[in-house]
Amino acid sequence: MPQIFRRRSNTIARVSILGSVVFLVVGGWALDAVWWSPYTTKVNVPIEQPVPFSHEHHYSGLGIDCRYCHTSVEKSSFAGIPPTETCMTCHSQLYIDAPLLAPVRQSLAYDVPLRWNRVDDLPDFVYFNHSIHVAKGIGCSTCHGPVNKMPLTWKANTLYMKWCLDCHRNPAQFIRPQEEVFNMQWAPPANQLAQGHKLVEAYHVNTQQLTDCSMCHR
Amino acid sequence: MLLLCGCRREMYHQPRSDPLASSTLFANGAASRPLVPGTVARGHLDADEQFYTGKKGTNLIENIPIKVTRQVLERGRERYDIYCSVCHGRTGAGNGMIPQRGFPPPPSYHIDRLRQAPAGYYYDVITHGYGIMYSYAERVEPADRWAITAYIRALQLSHNASLADLTPSERAQLEGQQHE
Repeated sequence: MPQIFRRRSNTIARVSILGSVVFLVVGGWALDAVWWSPYTTKVNVPIEQPVPFSHEHHYSGLGIDCRYCHTSVEKSSFAGIPPTETCMTCHSQLYIDAPLLAPVRQSLAYDVPLRWNRVDDLPDFVYFNHSIHVAKGIGCSTCHGPVNKMPLTWKANTLYMKWCLDCHRNPAQFIRPQEEVFNMQWAPPANQLAQGHKLVEAYHVNTQQLTDCSMCHR
Repeated sequence: MLLLCGCRREMYHQPRSDPLASSTLFANGAASRPLVPGTVARGHLDADEQFYTGKKGTNLIENIPIKVTRQVLERGRERYDIYCSVCHGRTGAGNGMIPQRGFPPPPSYHIDRLRQAPAGYYYDVITHGYGIMYSYAERVEPADRWAITAYIRALQLSHNASLADLTPSERAQLEGQQHE
């Protein structure tokens, strides 16, 4: 009976074993890289909008508080996107001919809301509530990043569950005094952890429950 | 890769509308429906005429219809700084950042006409706007409108207080600060 396998089959076998290991490792690495890259997470990628609204100009340049436009952030799950009237409060008098603002004027004239594109969009199976975070000393910039320096708005964090849990497991790392919540320039002090633990206690944050599944998935 | 192609994202984007989401179902493209005129939400029967309109009949009411405490004033300051100071300025002089950028400046709160205006006047202007000032009814709740009114009164007082208004101990405290 002749040999089924030729001598070179040994080499092919070794190469293919090695090859599949390399393929799995490289493939796994590539998937991981894509999963965490801005291509998937959209982190640091400015989102196109009907009007190139600049938070940098309105917050840092003019000193307008976040809540001037995001009026429901303290009492609702949803921070609120301002109605066209809010824009026109000033822009009925300022930049009234600016072509960039034409969609805003049309929105008011024809009573059709502007269609802003969401920057931070959580999956529908997550129940997130702005008001409780704001009330317990989690500042805007902790999650939204340096919006005060964004000429166009982008996402600053992945909003992956791992990222949420980083804080829910130990909120003392990020919690800040309530009066600093809307301060975009706030930076954690040198003794953040010590102060954070005190604030967690003072604001009655129940850290036992924070990582319960039902906290966010209801 | 083939395995990944099997992934479906239906749980991420469930067939329901988020707040302010768009919809092809309605003419203006918004999923949320405006309230039917005359709708009263439970617990929102605004029966207290003076509190919700700042008027008694057709007359503006003279005084703030809530008890003004330090807490109310602090709330008023916070709300004032968010919604009003952009135009009226932190001191009420009418020199906020927006007028500095070309918006026709509002009058100072410290002129006689506005110092003598009844409290209901401020409530009414916040609610309905005035001249080129838009209504802030959607942005500032009734209780906060009164808190802001109270804070405007405090601002006005701060520009028109005299030494004689102080108690001896307050005066001593102030003079002590000057000497430090």
